Amino acid sequence: MATLQIRDLHVSVETDGEPTEILRGVDLTIDSGQTHAIMGPNGSGKSTLAYSIAGHPKYTITGGTVTLDGQDVLAMSVDERARAGLFLAMQYPVEVPGVTVSNFLRTAKTALDGEAPALRHWVKDVRTAMADLRMDPAFAERNVNEGFSGGEKKRHEILQMELLKPKFAILDETDSGLDVDALKIVSDGVNRVREGGEVGVLLITHYTRILRYVRPDVVHVFVAGRVAETGGPELADELEENGYDRFVSAVAAS
Amino acid sequence: MARRARTTARRSPSAPLSPAPRVHDTTSTRRTAITPPDTRPHDTEAAGSTTTPADARQEHAVDHAAQAPTDVTLDSSRSAGPSYDAGAAVVAAAGEAVLEATRGERARSFDVADFPVPTGREEVWRFTPLDRLGGLLEDAPADPDARDVVVQAPDGVHVGTLAAGEGVRGTALVPEDRAAVLADAASPSATHVRIPREVELDGPVHVSVVGRPGSRGAGHLVVEAERHSRAVVVVEHTGGGVHADGVEVVVGDGAELTVVSLQLWDDEAVHVSQQEASVGRDASYRHIAITLGGSVVRLSSTSRYAGPGGSAEMLGVYFADSGQHLEHRSFVDHAEARCRSDVRYKGALQGETARTVWIGDVLIRAAAQGTETYELNRNLLLTEGARADSVPNLEIETGDIEGAGHASATGRFDDEQLFYLRSRGIPEEVARRLVVRGFFADVVQRIGVPAVTDRVMAAIEAELDLAVGPVAGAAAAADAVAAEPVLAGRA
Ligand SMILES: Nc1ncnc2c1ncn2[C@@H]1O[C@H](COP(=O)(O)OP(=O)(O)OP(=O)(O)O)[C@@H](O)[C@H]1O
Ligand SMILES: [Mg+2]
Repeated sequence: MATLQIRDLHVSVETDGEPTEILRGVDLTIDSGQTHAIMGPNGSGKSTLAYSIAGHPKYTITGGTVTLDGQDVLAMSVDERARAGLFLAMQYPVEVPGVTVSNFLRTAKTALDGEAPALRHWVKDVRTAMADLRMDPAFAERNVNEGFSGGEKKRHEILQMELLKPKFAILDETDSGLDVDALKIVSDGVNRVREGGEVGVLLITHYTRILRYVRPDVVHVFVAGRVAETGGPELADELEENGYDRFVSAVAAS
Repeated sequence: MARRARTTARRSPSAPLSPAPRVHDTTSTRRTAITPPDTRPHDTEAAGSTTTPADARQEHAVDHAAQAPTDVTLDSSRSAGPSYDAGAAVVAAAGEAVLEATRGERARSFDVADFPVPTGREEVWRFTPLDRLGGLLEDAPADPDARDVVVQAPDGVHVGTLAAGEGVRGTALVPEDRAAVLADAASPSATHVRIPREVELDGPVHVSVVGRPGSRGAGHLVVEAERHSRAVVVVEHTGGGVHADGVEVVVGDGAELTVVSLQLWDDEAVHVSQQEASVGRDASYRHIAITLGGSVVRLSSTSRYAGPGGSAEMLGVYFADSGQHLEHRSFVDHAEARCRSDVRYKGALQGETARTVWIGDVLIRAAAQGTETYELNRNLLLTEGARADSVPNLEIETGDIEGAGHASATGRFDDEQLFYLRSRGIPEEVARRLVVRGFFADVVQRIGVPAVTDRVMAAIEAELDLAVGPVAGAAAAADAVAAEPVLAGRA
């Protein structure tokens, strides 16, 4: 079993040359096989948390630790983190002109495994995973995210999660911009990966909608750069009912 | 005199490159209408310059220059003197600069006296470092043994020589600058490659030009593809010296001809070349410029049409390192009806003093009804200090066109692309290579000549070795895998 542990994480970004603190002491522990939902209002720092774990250069860690089975994640480069087993499905996936999806996937798989995948199996795996996500096979020969619709980009992120088999996957608003059908397809994809029982999932979302398809074990309410409250799935139901007001005003009062 | 509307676009060199939408100028005004120059600053997005119908006067020009990391608003049109600008033409009359009102009026002549030694302020020379041309513009004799020219051609191809004015020599290429007129005068015997009519070649004709270091050379090559023939001609320049030459191309009616000009010179070489084609009725001409080696390379590629229905595709790939000045000037002169042209140049720059220039002129004359044209230039600045100038210039004299568009952008390496790839476990060096290869991919795939595509990709790899160091170990394995689809995609 693997454990991803975030302790008292402080992160700031530069704005107009001034550092602004966005994360103010995040504590969170997740084991493989679990799914944690992180829910919070716009601008509360959810994506900042995701990018900081992945190692995006824009975010400066000013305090705290992130460890994966005791290993210092923050000391690793971006690609080392991925090779250690972390995966980030981005809220806004990046277009890479001239690099085809199939080339990209194969290069990533090769980098993660340290050797090229056996071609026959790999081609079949890719084809199956694409079919499961109702992606046209033609996408394999298109350039990464170029001209993809919002929903297609999200499917492509989940496709990568299925094929690259991370230990921990952070899904940053993978549900946003999806209609109900697409939401179900994407959720099914996440559930297929979860069925293996190996992966830990940090599901970042603004709405409870996706939680009907991907049931979380733990729900964290994220407000003003930290976890304001942690509970079971019933916490999501309360948010559905009452919104974030209670938490936001509690933070404002403190 | 027609006035030329001009917009000056500026963009931050740090903005990421992203694909430009294909833009069509749908202008209906004619040149006779006088429109004041459009001096509104264009704040271009990542897409580079785009033309909206509101902007489309009878002519449209956009300058781009980018220099990383400083000098955010550098404007190439201000660098060495004014360019196409009717106001400035008055100044020209006073002797300040030599300018032309329209690209179509540029002097073409076989008389050296028509091209005085330039000062550097002329429209055609203002981007070129004249002091680095090694005396190329001086009217001095060429060394007879300056270049070794060897032609390897499949059976059925005629290889011979042509004196000035003999056969088709001089019908397609008429010198347009001093380097070209001197080269022509210094080449009493041109190499002549003729593909007889209806002959379709399986393999390319290979013309090797090897320059002797320290020499001064001149040359003229005539490629004649007779009607309904089909051929690929690869002209490969290696070695050293200072060379001025011409490649004259006559594409007969219905013929399909690809001319590839490879500039793989040694580091000190200087090369100024005018390569000009006459494209016959319903013929297809492709010109591909690949410029990687040489100290100063300046290649002017022109397509003209000898009848309706012709098509010209002009591609360019260049990679400039420190100390290199690589300049490409493309010109499509649409004077016939229902012709098409498609111009795409892509370049990468690395190193403090790497410098590239692309001038893309397209002229659609009044007679050229139903023209369809597009031109694009993109530059990728891999390191700080490099500078790329990019000047698309589209003149339209008829309202009856199918489409006319251009795009131009210069940008730095996109760190978000790098982050995305690395977040999937791809090591940084491999990710950089993927992005750079991806940048060139669409143009490289259009080359369509496997031997050339392979060499270009290998050369780009070698350039990247210089930049990021050879890829080692597991990363190399990933890289080898990654390279394959790009190459496989060419067919
Ligand atoms: N690179 C950056 N530069 C400046 N400010 C930033 C940057 N990234 C995030 N911020 C700021 O940090 C705060 C948190 O942003 P973040 O994107 O993490 O929020 P979020 O919870 O993911 O919001 P959303 O629900 O809208 O996705 C916001 O106020 C945002 O403006
Ligand atoms: Mg977010």
